[in-house]
Order: sequence, then structure tokens, then C-alpha cells
Amino acid sequence: MKEVLIAERPKSMYKVSTHYCPGCTHGIAHRLIAEVIDELGIQDRAVGVAPVGCSVLIYNYIDLDWYEAAHGRAPAVATACKRARPDLAVFTYQGDGDLASIGMAEIVHAANRGERISVIFINNAIYGMTGGQMAPTTLLSQRTSTTPYGRDPKASGYPIRVAEMLSALAAPGYIARVSVVKPKYIIKAKEAIKKAFLTQIEDKGFSLVEILSTCPTNWGVSPVAATNWVEEQMIPVFPLKEFKVPE
Amino acid sequence: MGERVLMKGNEALAEAAIQAGCRYFFGYPITPQNEIPEYMSRRLPEVGGVYLQSESEVATINMLFGAAGAGVRVMTSSSSPGISLMSEGISYIAGAELPCVIMNVMRAGPGLGGILPGQADYLQATRGGGHGDYRLLVLTPGTLQEAIDLVMKAFDLADLYRNPVMVLVDGFMGQMMEAVEFKAPEKLELPDKKEWAVGYRKERGGRTIVKTLSLEPDPLEEHNRRLQEKYRRIEKNEVRHESYMMDDDVELVMVAYGTTSRIVRSSLKALRAEGIKAGMIRPITAWPFPYEPFKKLPPSVKSVLAVEMSCGQMVEDVKLGVAERFPVHFYGRCGGNAPSVEEVVHAAKEILGR
Repeated sequence: MKEVLIAERPKSMYKVSTHYCPGCTHGIAHRLIAEVIDELGIQDRAVGVAPVGCSVLIYNYIDLDWYEAAHGRAPAVATACKRARPDLAVFTYQGDGDLASIGMAEIVHAANRGERISVIFINNAIYGMTGGQMAPTTLLSQRTSTTPYGRDPKASGYPIRVAEMLSALAAPGYIARVSVVKPKYIIKAKEAIKKAFLTQIEDKGFSLVEILSTCPTNWGVSPVAATNWVEEQMIPVFPLKEFKVPE
Repeated sequence: MGERVLMKGNEALAEAAIQAGCRYFFGYPITPQNEIPEYMSRRLPEVGGVYLQSESEVATINMLFGAAGAGVRVMTSSSSPGISLMSEGISYIAGAELPCVIMNVMRAGPGLGGILPGQADYLQATRGGGHGDYRLLVLTPGTLQEAIDLVMKAFDLADLYRNPVMVLVDGFMGQMMEAVEFKAPEKLELPDKKEWAVGYRKERGGRTIVKTLSLEPDPLEEHNRRLQEKYRRIEKNEVRHESYMMDDDVELVMVAYGTTSRIVRSSLKALRAEGIKAGMIRPITAWPFPYEPFKKLPPSVKSVLAVEMSCGQMVEDVKLGVAERFPVHFYGRCGGNAPSVEEVVHAAKEILGR
């Protein structure tokens, strides 16, 4: 019987184990990016910008040229790289603390200038690497190590909806929110990531894909419960949809 | 090139950068350096470059990280409070060994301070500002002509050592006008950036990572040791100063840089006219500081006097150089005020008991 290859490691991914916790979805997001880069044939001209956070070591897993930015500044680094080298496909990979808290100015202005960069934004409603503190995307009543009684809007405000907020700007070309907690979401997430890169390559503006992700360790739940929590708690607050598509 | 033109300091600094091959400028408005970005926004499109007004100095310096990491000649300019905001990013740039030029047209501090000239960022420029064991090459021109020559040199030095270079001038130099000439700089043999910059994966036959994180202690210590070796090399090769009226029988040695050195120059003439043997050592690099000429001061010296537009910052380096062989004095004005020739002459005579 002839062997048929039905799955393989993306060419641009290293054959190594990741440092991520069991049930964390960073690995899935990494793989989707690698698959898209392979399918677009841009490994030689793709440049990633790693954030500060759990995924700072993303360059250990995806075989590309990388920068490692200061906390929150990845869009500024990517902006200048792309301005200097418009032939490159430049993307950032950022968590919710990095992008929506310390780096809010950089992401808003990169989007508003319509920088030809792609942003992969991981929203898991918590700070992972530092041990589970409140993030700007933490849900109301959600318990974290710095909201031990649950997030109270009177004291800490409301979860920031980044995709909606940036969609109010004129310049962005593609903005979508997806998830990766079940196969049906993963298929759509990959399509969105591909569209984001194509928006950049076809010079149609700034692109961002917000990915609803899990953090079972800091949420204090099992991987399965984390998956359900994204569906039951996060998606109602952060609806999955394409907010902007290139004309 | 080759003809003398009357130019404002800030514009001369900007044009020098263009002629040095700088094609990327990122910056945020702040007084008294605004003519630099304004000039760049006009000139860079003419030469096929990119001018970008960023959202903040924090974003600016990280844009320098991005552009320098892509291997292009890039600069920014700012003034004191803006440089403070950039200091974190400067540490990252130094740590990742990225070449770029940063101009600081100093104003009076601390805090918002004032928009008038100052020299109170000396310690910030030479002792860090940002975190970690790093050094900037700090160039301190005394005239606009020297500023132009040093800006052109700055880009080469940055590339040669893969290190950020700061051009440290005060607000007077940014705002004054002087006749200048743009001379083609000598061509240096510079290392190929494609060995480490992003975007040359194919040419290099492998990837690069522009980064500063090192979670293991031994490789980070090794990285620091290598940086320190580089800094020792810079100290050996790049230290510059001017000795002025430093005769063998000099009694009083004044030390000043930038605009203050011009005030001291005039003061020296007044002192000499009264028979007082005074001279000046003028640092042209603040880091590396020219300690050597202080070690060689002749026994005729009675006192050393540092003159600054600060409350006494460079004087610490002067003391390190003099190493307690002679008394070191300080005279300074601050807040946007500059020492007058009369004040400097008076301070000099008081020190000498004349």
C-alpha cells in the first residue's frame, strides 16, 4: 500500500519541544504562523518581532530572522524594519499585557499610520510569565493574583476590546478576532493569519489577528476546562469576527 | 560641498547626517532641537530616505532599534527630557550592539526644567542613563564646523564598533548660526552589516536574532566581557581632546566643552592680558574622557578649574584625571544661564588669589 503523508511539521518550525505549559495554546498559534509562512513561501523574507512575555522565546521554535523587542515596543521595531526594508514580510507576536497595556501607544499609532506590518495578538485575559496578574483584557469578576476578589470595574475598569478599538481607525486593512481552542476555530484562525500576511504583501495596510487563547496554569483550571472557559466566558465578551477586510 | 555657508546649528547637524549617508530619521518634537526633524522631513524625501514622526520618544528609540537591526544608517535627535525617555531603549540598542546616532541638544533640567541651554546631561550621557553595563560614544563639538565633522564621523564610529553614538551639544549650539563647510569625510573600511542584520537570511545562509535576553548567567557574563573589551578598544582608539594655550609654565588649567569652551577661550585671552598663565583642556569626547592630558600636567600648575552649564558634572571626570595632584575647582551656571567671560575671569583670579 502506498504511504500517504497527511500531516507534517511545517518546514519553518524547529523540531524541538516548547517551554509552554500543558494546555497552553501558544504552540497552536506558532504552528499556524509557520504553516502560513511555508504556504506563502516567504521564510527567507519573513521577519518576526518577539514580545516580552511567555512567547519571548518564540524564536526558538520558528526558524526565521527575529528581533526581540522591549516590552510593548514590537510595533515600533516592526515599523522601522518595514520602512527600511519594504521587501520583507514583518510581523509582531504579542500578548495582552505587551500589546494592550504597556504597548498601547505603539500598537494604536502603528495601526493608525497603516504600517504594512502584521500583528498576531494573543489574548488570554491574564499575565502569564509573571504569574497570573490582571491583564487589560481580564474579564469582569475574573480572579487573578492581583484581583483576588475578582476584577471590579470600579477599581480596574473593563476588559479592553482591542480588535473593536483599532477597527475605529481609518488606516488598518485587516482586523479579525479568532480562537484556537477547537479545530473549527483553528481552521478559521489560519485563514485569518493568512489574510493578515496577504494584506501586508499586497500593500493593503496594517493587519491584526487577535487570537483568544488559554492559560490553564494561571487560570487555575485543567486544559479542558480552559478550553470551555474560552467558549463560555471569553467569546461572549470578545466576539469572533472579521472587523475589517481590505476593499 | 567645498563652499562655506551660513547655517543654523540644528540644520547643520541634520545636513551633516544626510551627507554621512543617513537615510532614516525617527523623532518626536521637543524644543530646542525642532529644526533637526523639520529639516529632515524636508530633506529625506529628496534623497530617497524615510522621515517618520513617532508617537513618543519611547517609540522613537525602539524604531531606531528596528531600523538599525535592519542594517541601515539611522538617527534621532531630542533634548534632555526626551533622552531620559529613550534611555531604556538605548540600553537595549547598546546590549544588542546596534549602530545608530542619537543627538541630544541639551536644555536645562531637572524635570521639564526650561527650554534654554544646559549641560546637565553629562552624567546621563557618560554614565549610563539606562540600565546595565553599557557605554555610549559621546562626542562634544565646540563649534558648528566641528559638529558637522563629528556627526559624519559619528556614523562611521557607530558602524565600526556596532555601538550607539551620542552627539552631545547644548541649546546654544543648536540655535546659533555659523559659517560652515561640508567636507567629504575620509572613507573607512567598515564591517558588513549583512552578517548580523535581519533580512539577509539568503545571503547569509542562516538566520539572525537581534536580541538582548540571556537567561543563563554564563553566556550573559561572557557577552558583558565582550562588550567591555570593545569599550576598552574604544577608550584606546577614540579618545579626543584639544589642548589650548597649555604652555609648559601654565598655572591654571580650565576644562570645558561645547559652548562653555568658547566662553573659556575668551576668558583665557582676558587672563593672559593680565599676565595670568591660563590654558584649557577641551574634551571632544566625553566618553571616552581624555584622562591622559590631566596625568601629564606640568608641576607649574597651581589649580584646575572646570567650567560648565550645570551644577558640576564633568568636574567628576576632571578629578579622576587629576588624581589629587592639584586642587580641582568648579564654576558653573545653570537653569538656562551661561557663565559670562567676566564671571569666569573672576573665578579664575579668586582661585589663584590674584
